[in-house]
Amino acid sequence: MYGWIWRKLPGTTAAKVGQCVLIAAAIVAVLFLVIFPWLTTHLPIDQVTV
Amino acid sequence: MLVTVAAVLALFAVYQLWWTNVAASASERQAQTQAEALFAGGTPATWPDGVPPTGEPFALMYIPRLKSRVWGTPVIQGIERPQLAAGIGHYPQTAMPDQPGNFAVAGHRATNGEPFADFERLRDGDKVVVRTSQSWIVYELKRDRIVTPNDVWVIKPQPFHHDPLPSDKIITLTTCHPRWTSTQRWIYWGIQVAATPASGPAPAEVS
Repeated sequence: MYGWIWRKLPGTTAAKVGQCVLIAAAIVAVLFLVIFPWLTTHLPIDQVTV
Repeated sequence: MLVTVAAVLALFAVYQLWWTNVAASASERQAQTQAEALFAGGTPATWPDGVPPTGEPFALMYIPRLKSRVWGTPVIQGIERPQLAAGIGHYPQTAMPDQPGNFAVAGHRATNGEPFADFERLRDGDKVVVRTSQSWIVYELKRDRIVTPNDVWVIKPQPFHHDPLPSDKIITLTTCHPRWTSTQRWIYWGIQVAATPASGPAPAEVS
């Protein structure tokens, strides 16, 4: 999977590294701001009320 | 693929253990400022229904035993996620501080600011001080129990029939137990032992 992505990215090695960093940052942002907050509301953790 | 799954799981741990606390710390500061603004007028805060709207930080809590975590911590109307991630949440159907009944609040013990992280340090006789726009109220903790999440009797105006708490103005703290899972709830009850005007000096427990 990662090899396929690497080959698809255009430009020099430096450009590819830069794009990988950007993609990783975008994925982390979506996880932290959307997916994980949604997930915690559906998991039986950190519940403190009766 | 396995690497991806492992990375996402690791990121989720980082999110829970670090990010929720970072986000909560910002929300808590904001709620604290709001509560201080409410107090700054020097007049008792009033609300159309007699109770603050959901999300309103209407009090500050001080627990000397938990001083590193609960010291000027905002008490916010409501016990949903946004309120619990900005401070200590007040069960809306329960009494307000210094009123007859049960002033019941909930706080996280792990993640999301975790004001009650050191809940196991609390002992009978410990003081809990609540500052509202009108008063300084001092509660003394009296007894605790570990119960199931369905035990809603714990926030009733008088939770104990046979051996009632010796006051009609009581406080209830609820949090999760065990700390990192939430299969049970740890409850601590206390009774009001003093109330002085907010315009006067702070109680000895806080000053």
